[in-house]
Amino acid sequence: MSMPFYVSPEQQMKDKADYARKGIARGRSVVVLQYDDGILFVADNPSRALHKISEIYDRIAFAAVGKYNEFENLRLGGVRYADINGYQYDRRDVTARGLANVYAQSLGTIFTETNKPYEVELVVAEVGEDAETDQIYRLTFDGSVADEHGYVAMGGQTESVAQALKDGYEEGASLEVALRTAVRALEAQDSDRRLEAKSLEVAVLDRNREHRLFRRLPARRIEELLAAGDGGSAGGSAGSSGGSSAGPSVEDVDDVLGDGKD
Amino acid sequence: MGYARVTGAWWREGSRVASHDSHTGRLPGLFTSPDTSSFTEFLGVYSPELLPGRRAVPVSPAGDEIPHGTTIVAVSFPGGVVMAGDRRATAGNVIAQRDIEKVFRADEFSAIAIAGTAGIGIEMVRLFQVELEHYEKREGRTLSVEGKANRLATMVRQNLAMAMQGLAVVPLFAGYDEERDGGRIFSYDPAGGRYEERDFHSIGSGSVFARGSLKKLYRADLSAEDAALVCVQALYDAADDDSATGGPDLTRRIFPVVATVTSEGYRRLGEDEVGALAQAVVDGRYDSPGGPTAPLR
Repeated sequence: MSMPFYVSPEQQMKDKADYARKGIARGRSVVVLQYDDGILFVADNPSRALHKISEIYDRIAFAAVGKYNEFENLRLGGVRYADINGYQYDRRDVTARGLANVYAQSLGTIFTETNKPYEVELVVAEVGEDAETDQIYRLTFDGSVADEHGYVAMGGQTESVAQALKDGYEEGASLEVALRTAVRALEAQDSDRRLEAKSLEVAVLDRNREHRLFRRLPARRIEELLAAGDGGSAGGSAGSSGGSSAGPSVEDVDDVLGDGKD
Repeated sequence: MGYARVTGAWWREGSRVASHDSHTGRLPGLFTSPDTSSFTEFLGVYSPELLPGRRAVPVSPAGDEIPHGTTIVAVSFPGGVVMAGDRRATAGNVIAQRDIEKVFRADEFSAIAIAGTAGIGIEMVRLFQVELEHYEKREGRTLSVEGKANRLATMVRQNLAMAMQGLAVVPLFAGYDEERDGGRIFSYDPAGGRYEERDFHSIGSGSVFARGSLKKLYRADLSAEDAALVCVQALYDAADDDSATGGPDLTRRIFPVVATVTSEGYRRLGEDEVGALAQAVVDGRYDSPGGPTAPLR
């Protein structure tokens, strides 16, 4: 007669956490960082259909790494949470903090009560009236929440990406500069990684827009921004940051219409 | 407080969708209950009391004392459509509201307006707006113009019992159709009948007078600005003969709500733009109270 092995709760949690961490590290990275007009999301993701970055509500967006079906489920639930609260109360009453709480509860429950934890890591970000009031929450597979400022890297080779971000990040950077910093950081995943516009998923929460502030940048626009950044690597970035912040918003209208809503 | 209420609902919801939740412990129904991208359908399971169609119907017919919205007009033009509504809500012979808004943005490429019981109509509009946005965010694509119009028909139909008790709402829906590069107009009856209209349409108490006016003023080659002018003229004519429709209020600077939907999206005309149109219409009526005349032959 065989007796089931005793596994201590500590060991059980540790096993689950290791399992989740391994799963998350297998994927590619996503970075989220603040820039002068809002919050920028960049994913190393060649797929045009399966998104890692998505709109949740007027001022709130979602970025995730890990297992697609799991974070997609969380995204869909988040859209429901936001829409039902906005419908019952008011659009202003939907907040990233509330959403982060819901995710934390759900992830925590899944982690402790099921055999297989979710292999995901999320960022829920809300753009404010200025950089001071921007909110970025990072959620991990066990339901813990961290309040982040400036930049976040998650998934894949997180440490090297985070280090590159730490070195390159500057507060109040223009979109071009921020995007270039993000792409450099993502390239730090591997020694010989070179990322082109086609293999990037880029979106912004732009506080200067109206109503729904989330917007995906089409490949053409990403190319332009990267080229502008490369063109004058030293002087160009500082010189162009003032003028270019107005430039993109005008052209953005085209992009939204040309691309449909996603 | 409100947050706690919502949380409570999830746990209750958990029992209903136990089969979905069994593998994830007590995961809120928000993440698991019916796999639909329709907000209305989800709401029907999650919080049915919030759906207009699920409420007890009043036993006796509602009287005049509940505010009613009045006249809406829509005119298509090459490349888009204009929609406009007057600003009056009436309760019997009383003006319940003199600056109510009855024309709304439905989503980036469509507009919706309501006539009939104002409270129910505005609720329907809010629900419809969330419905479109919800679908868009979940599916990553927008509904077709027909898809949106059909969805609205279902909502109107759900209000049929209320309509029979005197609480009818009839919307007018207009959208930009990318494939045709033009505007499309859909009207409804209280039973949820959906009818596509050619060129122009009007609904509400003053719609008969507005329609006559639209018929004489409409041309196939209107510019967006002229189409807006046609709408303001038609609303003036409606207000001229229908006591429930409000004309432009020059003293209070209350003008119709006018919105265009084109390939550039939904745009509500600014107060100054509509003010100028309304002023021009009123000025013209000093010379010719019946408005512009159509050639006889």
